[in-house]
Amino acid sequence: MKQTTDKGFFMDEPLIFERSSSGKRGVEPCQSDVPDHDALSTIPKAFLRDAGDGLNGFPEASELDVVRHYTRLSQWNFGVDTGFYPLGSCTMKYNPKVNEDAARLSGFTGLHPYQNEATCQGALELMHDLEAYLCEISGMDAITLQPSAGAHGELCGLFMIAAYFKDKGAPRHKIIIPDTAHGTNPASSALAGFKVVPIKSGANGLLAPEAVKAVMDTDTAALMLTNPNTIGLFERNIKEIARIVHAKGGLIYCDGANMNALMGLARLSDMGVDCVQLNLHKTFSTPHGGGGPGSGPVGVVKKLEPFLPVPRIRKKGKRFTLVNEGDRPKTIGRMKAFYGNFSIMVRAYAYIRRLGAEGLRRAATTAILNANYMRESLKGDFELAYDTPCMHEAVFSDKLLSGSGVATMDIAKRLIDYGFHPPTVYFPLVVHGAIMIEPTETESLETLDAFISAMRSIAVEAKTAPELLKNAPSNTRVSRVDETKAAREPVLRWRA
Amino acid sequence: MDFPKDLKYTKEHEWIKVEGNTATIGITDYAQDSLGDVVYVELPQEGQAVTKHEAFGVVESVKAVSDLYSPVSGSVSEVNDAIIDSPEAINEDPYGDAWMIKVDVSNKAELSDLLSAEDYQKFIEEEK
Repeated sequence: MKQTTDKGFFMDEPLIFERSSSGKRGVEPCQSDVPDHDALSTIPKAFLRDAGDGLNGFPEASELDVVRHYTRLSQWNFGVDTGFYPLGSCTMKYNPKVNEDAARLSGFTGLHPYQNEATCQGALELMHDLEAYLCEISGMDAITLQPSAGAHGELCGLFMIAAYFKDKGAPRHKIIIPDTAHGTNPASSALAGFKVVPIKSGANGLLAPEAVKAVMDTDTAALMLTNPNTIGLFERNIKEIARIVHAKGGLIYCDGANMNALMGLARLSDMGVDCVQLNLHKTFSTPHGGGGPGSGPVGVVKKLEPFLPVPRIRKKGKRFTLVNEGDRPKTIGRMKAFYGNFSIMVRAYAYIRRLGAEGLRRAATTAILNANYMRESLKGDFELAYDTPCMHEAVFSDKLLSGSGVATMDIAKRLIDYGFHPPTVYFPLVVHGAIMIEPTETESLETLDAFISAMRSIAVEAKTAPELLKNAPSNTRVSRVDETKAAREPVLRWRA
Repeated sequence: MDFPKDLKYTKEHEWIKVEGNTATIGITDYAQDSLGDVVYVELPQEGQAVTKHEAFGVVESVKAVSDLYSPVSGSVSEVNDAIIDSPEAINEDPYGDAWMIKVDVSNKAELSDLLSAEDYQKFIEEEK
């Protein structure tokens, strides 16, 4: 199977503002039978555009103009539905269309968040059951579905951890974070008011218990780690590390971004984890990238349960009710308006029900197999950061490129010419010029082989024709953009 | 790659030059090379206190955002505002035009564990 980028029919497309011409309309509203009311008079003048000329500056276009404009833009986009997207630590797996079917059921799409509980029992039941499934998969005792993405989930977890220590009358101020962490971990910790204590991972890419022991003290609220970590390795010392942290009264926060490698195989509770966020938009196949929206449910062990955000869903007999602050005095409050990104929960629910326990396990083992196939196939052409079997993603360094004048970024750009979305590059930070490939379980052997073949060709080109890489991509509508200039001199308006 | 002999270095890849009671601080050639094109830098205000091993600013490149760690404690006596408008100087002249801050050193004893050019070079060889 040969995969290349299409070359024909690159229609240019102006901005929708440039397509505008005065008086064009997409729709002609019918004659109103409601008495006229001057809406503008109800809005303070300060908020009105150009003293009342509400349409000034807005594009005026016909229906066909609008359809062509957005259809063309959508065709320039690259997504999982158009090609292989091996972005490491992002789990860009295929989002099955059955999820979309479920989310479009009229009973779900017609819901209103202010609806009476009695009339949305089905939605509450779905949320209740999804919580139970996620508890079973993670091993946690209770889950909130509220946070709207992974980092939001981290923040929610850290708020609960802070509240837990405050409630005990002994607030703690530090969070330990290894150097392999996602950048969101220290950011969420700082936002939640903690001081971040960074620690180095060992030469084998794993966190050593001694390193934790050296910094763990009674002012440390938690150790925050990702398992498998961002090098794609399982933190083998997790139980010993958890023992050290727990012995000083601290908690273990697990960033569940890489849960795709563990789903159905291992429970976080068995590793001593006290709090974890699960990224539904990664592990549970809900849309990811292009704005999501995401969903980052947070699971906790019993002792953190009183601090979960409200509202909580309670099942009494066959009825579901929402429980608020009044019944949950220790709650950290709300993390999001209403109930979180509900339609995303429907998709994750559909995914879990569709695969079942055995299917989820197979998804994880296939993801691990695919990553190791990638690792073994490419290790002659690219230097492995750590030459041991990996979990769901494989990380290479730029060591074999040194002296060639070609950098990791050039390889990433060249992959676009071969019709693939580049993998994650320059992350994790502990690997020089990192190339982080996460194929996921949803890609076929043919796709993996096509990608491997492209990577091998690029490795040869790096030696024989480096300018092909330096000038890449050349097979695309827009060639390489000057990212440095864009960052140094950002132009944020479409006209001066 | 260049490592001037008259400077001292840290494992976080800052350089420091001490003249009398004043220390001039920047990032090393190796640091700018690893970061790639620097697009943004955030520095402290004059008069602000800095603490050894603690962050005094931020440098952002097209690849990553990194904290800048102070090799000494003291108070900031001068800030190189020019590099805020032209962060490319950090890539072009890390030891010269792109110095970042000058600090009135509060405790000279803190200077004793800084690395020499030779030791720093050895350290980054091992890091690779």
